[in-house]
Amino acid sequence: MIELTRRATFSASHYYWNDAWSQEKNEQVFGRCARRNGHGHNYTLEVTVAGEPDPVTGFVVDLKWLKDVIESKVLGAFDHRHLNVEVPEFAESRLIPTTENIAIAAWKRLEPAVTQANGARLSRVRVYETPEIFAEYRGGA
Amino acid sequence: MLSASHRLHTDALSAGANLAAYGKCNNPHGHGHNYVIEVVAGGDVDADTGMVINLADLDEVVKREVLDRFDHANLNLDPLFASQVPTTENLCQAVFGVLKRALPTGDLEYVRVEETENNFFQYYGR
Repeated sequence: MIELTRRATFSASHYYWNDAWSQEKNEQVFGRCARRNGHGHNYTLEVTVAGEPDPVTGFVVDLKWLKDVIESKVLGAFDHRHLNVEVPEFAESRLIPTTENIAIAAWKRLEPAVTQANGARLSRVRVYETPEIFAEYRGGA
Repeated sequence: MLSASHRLHTDALSAGANLAAYGKCNNPHGHGHNYVIEVVAGGDVDADTGMVINLADLDEVVKREVLDRFDHANLNLDPLFASQVPTTENLCQAVFGVLKRALPTGDLEYVRVEETENNFFQYYGR
């Protein structure tokens, strides 16, 4: 078993807000991230796929294919978007677009496509919000 | 880091199928990368030295076994790739194999090979 990781970047805006809370509580918990006009980040997405290299091609999966999957499933929906407004997982306050929830959302978007590919499986999704902060999801609970 | 050239091509497939599978990586003249190799050793901290492994010894092994062999070389011409395509998957496993044989038993944890800043591979030997 070998792990293959592909990096991609996207830029998006968001803010943190829990509708069940008062403005004071939102500001207390989320600080500057609660400003309703939003702010943005350059996110780096790392997608790790695990499997055995194909005996003929030597590929676990084709990197170009993985790039296209990442672009169609995640970047197409997230890049240069306002996450709270334009991305279904987060729109209408369904879910707060924290880096944790973005990693889980990306996993759910990617897993069905990766699972169909050549015996490979999605092993890990890591989302960097800034170079100093990342959230990582390996599926499951 | 090692700089090497390769061509992704297998005699098991037709010319058309090679081009379909490997795209521009199938260019007959080959192309190259600056591969970044990370070698991770694991183990208990030695009570006398305070080290998991002596980094100078590790450097020496990596230089002798990996860099001297693959740096500024054409991977396709290495005997390791006589019967397999030098994808980075296979390079990562090959690097793990030569290091595992050269390092004290149990020291090698995993090998990471970064082909470009946008993709890397990890092999744990299992």
